[in-house]
Amino acid sequence: MLRWVPALTLLLFLGPVAAGLVGTILPAFGILPALGGTEPSLTPWRRLFAEPGLGTSLRLTLTTGFAAAIASLALVLAFLATCHGTRPVAVVRRLLAPLLAVPHVAVAIGFAFLASPSGWAARAVSPWLTGWERPPDIATAPDPYGIALVCGLVLKEVPFLLLMTLAALGQVPADRTLAVARSLGYGPATAWFKTVLPLLWPQIRLPVYAVLAYSLSVVDMALVLAPGAPPPLAPRVLRWFSDPDLSRQFLAAAGAALQFVLVVGAIALFHGAEQLVAGLGRRWIAAGGRGHGAHGGRLAATGAMGLVFGIGLLGLLGMALWSVARRWRWPDALPSVWSAGNWTRQAEALAWPGWTTVSVAGAAALIAIALVLGCLENEQRRHVTPGARALWLIYAPLLAPQIGFLFGVQVLFVTVGLDGRWAALVWGHLLFVLPYVFLALAGPWRRLDERYARTALCLGAPPGRVFWRIKLPMLLRPVLFALAVGFAVSVGEYLPTVFAGGGRYATLTTEAVSLAAGGDRRVIGVYAFLQALLPWLGFTLAIAIPAWLYRDRRNMKAFTV
Amino acid sequence: MSGAGSLVLAGVTVALDEAALIDGLEVVVAPGEIVTVMGPSGSGKSTLLAWLCGTADPAFRIAGRATLDGVDITRLPPEIRRVGILFQDDLLFPHLSVGGNLAFGLPPGLSRAERERRIEAALEEAELAGFAGRDPATLSGGQRARIALMRTLLAEPKALLLDEPFSRLDAALRDRIRCFVFGHATERGLPVLLVTHDPDDARAAGGTVIQLSDERVQGSDIGKPLK
Repeated sequence: MLRWVPALTLLLFLGPVAAGLVGTILPAFGILPALGGTEPSLTPWRRLFAEPGLGTSLRLTLTTGFAAAIASLALVLAFLATCHGTRPVAVVRRLLAPLLAVPHVAVAIGFAFLASPSGWAARAVSPWLTGWERPPDIATAPDPYGIALVCGLVLKEVPFLLLMTLAALGQVPADRTLAVARSLGYGPATAWFKTVLPLLWPQIRLPVYAVLAYSLSVVDMALVLAPGAPPPLAPRVLRWFSDPDLSRQFLAAAGAALQFVLVVGAIALFHGAEQLVAGLGRRWIAAGGRGHGAHGGRLAATGAMGLVFGIGLLGLLGMALWSVARRWRWPDALPSVWSAGNWTRQAEALAWPGWTTVSVAGAAALIAIALVLGCLENEQRRHVTPGARALWLIYAPLLAPQIGFLFGVQVLFVTVGLDGRWAALVWGHLLFVLPYVFLALAGPWRRLDERYARTALCLGAPPGRVFWRIKLPMLLRPVLFALAVGFAVSVGEYLPTVFAGGGRYATLTTEAVSLAAGGDRRVIGVYAFLQALLPWLGFTLAIAIPAWLYRDRRNMKAFTV
Repeated sequence: MSGAGSLVLAGVTVALDEAALIDGLEVVVAPGEIVTVMGPSGSGKSTLLAWLCGTADPAFRIAGRATLDGVDITRLPPEIRRVGILFQDDLLFPHLSVGGNLAFGLPPGLSRAERERRIEAALEEAELAGFAGRDPATLSGGQRARIALMRTLLAEPKALLLDEPFSRLDAALRDRIRCFVFGHATERGLPVLLVTHDPDDARAAGGTVIQLSDERVQGSDIGKPLK
């Protein structure tokens, strides 16, 4: 039975992606029999290119997407290169989990609370510095250029890239390599870029592509932080898909296909730039420059990283405060009247979306962990070594823009009679939960000394008993961490809920996005803070349960994520 | 030579990427006998033991036959071969107590009282009575090594494989643990195959020594006990 798990996993999570792409591309060329589209046609594309402001949408998409991805990558690399092995890296590593756990929308709303004209940042300098007696009439979050969206994306993508890069650093001989380079007279940052980065890059390439793809096609954050007239392409396509005029489904499908082409093209362009930089880098390495005097760079990188984490955490605090504020007048830095009334008033409204969020996230994470454990166990029992292609398959749902295939997934769900069901919602979330669960668990699972299993087998334990009694308990900490990652990913999903739920299900994320368009910060604060709180609880449990279970087992601390 | 209780290796060939590491090895390990396999890293010694356990990496091409107590174990799953193994690390399961580790080695189907009796007896034999509830991490290296052996013996193996089990121990402890392991194995009449780099291990074992070298090994390379 175990041997079928990898095939089942691929079918469950790549099948819908492939079917989704087909189901999006066919309507883009006029074929969607349910809506009368039976003949191939280029009309959807003509209508798409005739849409007013499409050029602005495309410009916004490309500028914000590339800016966010490149800024996030540059900051992470500069920070690790200048601060490798120092206290700031240890501090950032400890602060990583809280920011990683927070859903994208919550980060966006938190940033908007800080950077909007009546936000904390303006309050902190008003009126004593700015002279503003009331919130200024300027667009900051959102702003017309997408700067707020770039900032929001950087706040969320930097922790993700840091996590992936730190994990990759653990798998290369970075310390020894750096020691050798330093002994040859290279400055710390130069040594890192010349000797460690070439080892790291193959392992962080796919996460970087995933960040680029996400930044180019983000919908939920864009609905909060991007300009609305016109918005970037992805939220605009969602608007077309949601249009009551069903004929616009063809236009939307063409937009989704264009989004897909944009992402594929952007990744190809980035890959080309990578080759160019690698070529220049080889010449730079061969030139032998030692590059001393990185102190200024270290200060700048540490400061920038501190700013990212500071803003991220302040945004969370802002949401928490708004959720318990009764009166918070401009330009007060803190509410003048506090109240739990916002929570009690919303309790009833929160119950159903809250339950949907928890039940779907719990189910998707549990199914994902079962499938991933099955795949990893099968891999070890059959001595299969997955190649680079397998990793590309795992990343497929993260590299393809969600808007580019979720409509097709919805068509698939309609075809099999699942549309708008709870099971469809779980399945839709599973597509994105599974890759993250796999990425979180594969490393620790594969690193477990295989001699433990051999010893257990030689003690007469069948493979099943070895799995349940030895491997799973020993790896409980990373397994629960991966479960918490899956839960957090699902809690933060927006588009899969919108499409797979068929409008019948609301989660805390969809509610938070809807409310973000309104003006009641107290209610937005309640929803966004609760949305951020759930993944936190998941991570807290993932840390607390093994810590309690193995409180008397000193060596179990070694089996971490 | 292939009497009851013996471990017999017939025509064993180990190859990796077309390069033969061991070629046509013929060994008989009688009950209570310790045969030592020596050789440099990469000569295939540990792979030989992994093959005997049934856990060899499929990257190696291994041919030949192994019989234990007259039963051909070559294609049996590891868990029913009844071949115990000790590595250079004790590999006590860190999530289980000392008693839990020992219990893991016990055959299934025993009553609770019988399990507890056997665990207590094993702890006394290891001079660690009263340690059942302890965290393995709180034991010394020597204590851990003894528990690892007792766990293996509680599984009632018919042969014992030793993959450099003394190499991580300091010199003083090494002699004691070596005596402890060899003593218990020979007392139970187990055929023992020992893989080591250390000539002292081979001398202490006192049995036949098979020297693997960079050259592939033929049956005729089987040597005599080291003096």
